[in-house]
Amino acid sequence: MKIEQAPPQLDRRAFIQKVLTGSVTGSLLLIYPMGGGDALDMLQPSTIPNIPEQIPGIRDEEYDIHERKFAFIVDITRCIGCGSCCVADKREYNVPDGNYRTWVERYIKDFDDQVYVDCPNGGLDGYQTPRTDIDAPVRDTFFVPKLCNMCKEAPCVQVCPVGATFTTPDGFVLMDSDRCVGCGYCIQACPYSSRFLNPITHTAEKCTWCYHRVRKGLLPACVEVCPTGARKFGSLKDETSEVYKILKGPGVLTVLKESMGTWPALYYLGARLEVI
Amino acid sequence: MSGFHEGSAMLLSNFVLPNDLHVHWSMMIVLYPYITGLVDGAFIIAALYYLFDVKSLKPVARFSLLFALAFLCCATLPLLLHLGRPERNLNMLLTPSPSSAMAGFGYIYAVSMGVLGFIVLFVYRADLVKLKQHSRGIMKLIYRLLTFDCDDLSPRAMALDDRIIKILVGLGIPVAAFLHGYVGFIFGGVKANPTWATPLMPVIFLFSACVSGIAAIVLAYIVIRKFTGKFIDGPCIITCIKTLTGFFILAFSFEMLEVFSHSYLKSGYHHMVEGLLNGPLATSFWLWQVKICSGIPLVLLAIMAFIKLQQPRYNLLAAGVSAILLLQVFIMRWNVVIGGQLMSKSARGYTVFHPEWFDKEGILAVIVVMLIPFVILFILGKIFPFWTEEQNG
Repeated sequence: MKIEQAPPQLDRRAFIQKVLTGSVTGSLLLIYPMGGGDALDMLQPSTIPNIPEQIPGIRDEEYDIHERKFAFIVDITRCIGCGSCCVADKREYNVPDGNYRTWVERYIKDFDDQVYVDCPNGGLDGYQTPRTDIDAPVRDTFFVPKLCNMCKEAPCVQVCPVGATFTTPDGFVLMDSDRCVGCGYCIQACPYSSRFLNPITHTAEKCTWCYHRVRKGLLPACVEVCPTGARKFGSLKDETSEVYKILKGPGVLTVLKESMGTWPALYYLGARLEVI
Repeated sequence: MSGFHEGSAMLLSNFVLPNDLHVHWSMMIVLYPYITGLVDGAFIIAALYYLFDVKSLKPVARFSLLFALAFLCCATLPLLLHLGRPERNLNMLLTPSPSSAMAGFGYIYAVSMGVLGFIVLFVYRADLVKLKQHSRGIMKLIYRLLTFDCDDLSPRAMALDDRIIKILVGLGIPVAAFLHGYVGFIFGGVKANPTWATPLMPVIFLFSACVSGIAAIVLAYIVIRKFTGKFIDGPCIITCIKTLTGFFILAFSFEMLEVFSHSYLKSGYHHMVEGLLNGPLATSFWLWQVKICSGIPLVLLAIMAFIKLQQPRYNLLAAGVSAILLLQVFIMRWNVVIGGQLMSKSARGYTVFHPEWFDKEGILAVIVVMLIPFVILFILGKIFPFWTEEQNG
C-alpha cells in the first residue's frame, strides 16, 4: 500500500517564523536562571526542601551572618564505628574514592597500653569485623570520627595564595573551587589532614559542615544519619540546643592538636589521651 | 616495656591518616627550589665580580648571569606543571591573598626577572653594539632591540653603564636572597609539618642555594671550556671553590643544626622526625645527603684548601666536588620536600612515595624541565657570547 506523505511545508514565512521563535526561546532559556547552579541561589529560602527544620531559628528569622555561631561536638563514647556518617558524606558530595571529607578511626588498646590505630577506607564500610593482626589481648576499642575542625585561626585560610579558602562571618571555613588553583598549600598547612585535592576537579576540597544544609535549617548530613548521636551540631545562640548545653556545661571537652594554636570549633567529648 | 612512659608505642600501628597516603607535593616541588637555588648561587658569583670587585671571577661573571637568566626563565615551569589548575596561575598575581606566603612569589619572581634581565642588557651593551655592527638580517634586528638602538659607547656612557650595573647588582643581591629565602619560608611557614616548621628553613635554603649555584657555574665552566678546547682560568676556579667551601660549610652546619635541634629539644613531634630520618629517609638522608654527598666534598674541599695541587688536577677535583654538591643539594631538597610529607599528621606513621615515569610530575617531566634551561642557555649563548674575546684567545 502506498503511504501518502504530506508535502513538506515550504512556506518561507512560516520557516523564518519558526526559526526566530526557536532562537528567542533558546536565548531566553540561556539567560534565565534555572536555579541550582549558583551557590548563593542554593541558600535562598525558596530552595528549602520540604523537610522539617532541624536547627531551630534559621528559617523563620533573618539570617544575620555576623550574629550566628555554631559548634560541632563529637562524642567519642557514643560512636559505634558504623560508618553511616562517612557514607552520608560521600553521597552528599560525591566524594571521589580514596579521598575523605570525614572519616572514622578505630583505636585499640591492649593491656600494655599499646595503641593500634587503623582506618580502612576511611571507615566507609563500617567496622564490622575485629582486627586479626594484633597478638596481644585487647582491653579496649573506641572510634574517633574526624572532620574539618573549622579553626578560628585556620592555617589553610592563611596560606591560600588566591583567597579561594575563606572564613565566613558565621565561622565556616569554606572553599571556592572556582578560584582554587590547586597548589595544595592548604593541604600541607592543615594540621588535621582534612583536605585533599579532588582528582576530578583538580581543586582542593574539604568538609564544610554542610553549610548549604545549615543555611536551610538542616543538620549536616553526617549528623543527621548518626544513629547514636555521636555527632552533634547546633547553634550556640540557641540556649536550648544540645551543643550549647554541653559547651556551657561542666563536662570536659577537648580539641585536637590544641598546641597548633588553630582554635577549632570542633570539640570532642570523651576523647582520650591517645587521640591526636 | 619499662617505666611509666611508652612513647615508642606511638609508631606501633604505622597509622597514616586517609588523606595523607598521597604525597601532594612531589618532584616538581623538589625542582622548584632547586632551580631558584641555582639562579641564586649563579647570581652570587656575578655579584662578587660586578659589585664587590672580585677580579679573579671575571672569566665566569658574564656566563653566570646568563646561566642564572636561563634557569630563572624556567623557575615557574615546575610550578605550572604542579598546579591542579595551571590555567588559573595568574590569579596569584591578580587576586593575591595578602596573608599567604605563597602569594608573593609572582611579584618577587617578576622583580628578579626584571632586575636580572636589565643587568644582562647593561653588562652586554658594549658587546651587543659591536655585534650589531657586524651582523645582518634577523640578528641585526635582535641586537637593535636589545640595545634599544643606542650605539653610544663613549667613555661617559660606559661610566654610566658601570654605575647602573653596580646599582642593579646591588639591588639584585637582596632580590635574589629574598627569592630563595622566601622559597624556604614557604616550607618553614607550615607549622603542621614538624620537619618544615623551623625558622632555619629559609637560611638552610639560602646557603644550599648558593652552594648549588656556584657548583653549577664551576662545573659548567670547566665542562664547556674543556669541550670547546679553551683555556680554563685557574685563579677563577680557585676563587669559586673557596667561595663554594665557605657557603657549603655554612649550609651543612645549618642542616646538621636543624637535626641536632630536633634531637636535643625533643619537642612536639620529635619522635616522628627521628623515626623519619632513621626510617624512610635513612638511606637518602644519612647515607646519601650526609655521608656521601657532604662527607666526600668536605674531605675533597679540605684537600683542595690545604694541599698544593697542580692546576689541571685542581680543576678535575673542582669539577668532581661541584658535581657531588649539585647532587647533595638536590637530595637535600628531596629529603625536605618529599621526606617531610612522608610523615603522616597522625603522628603515628609514614606513607611511601613512588615516583612515576610518565606523570606530568614524573621522572621524564623532571628530566625535560631540567634540560630546557640548557636549551635556553644555548640559545642565549648565540646572542650573548659567554666569553670575552680575550678569554677566547
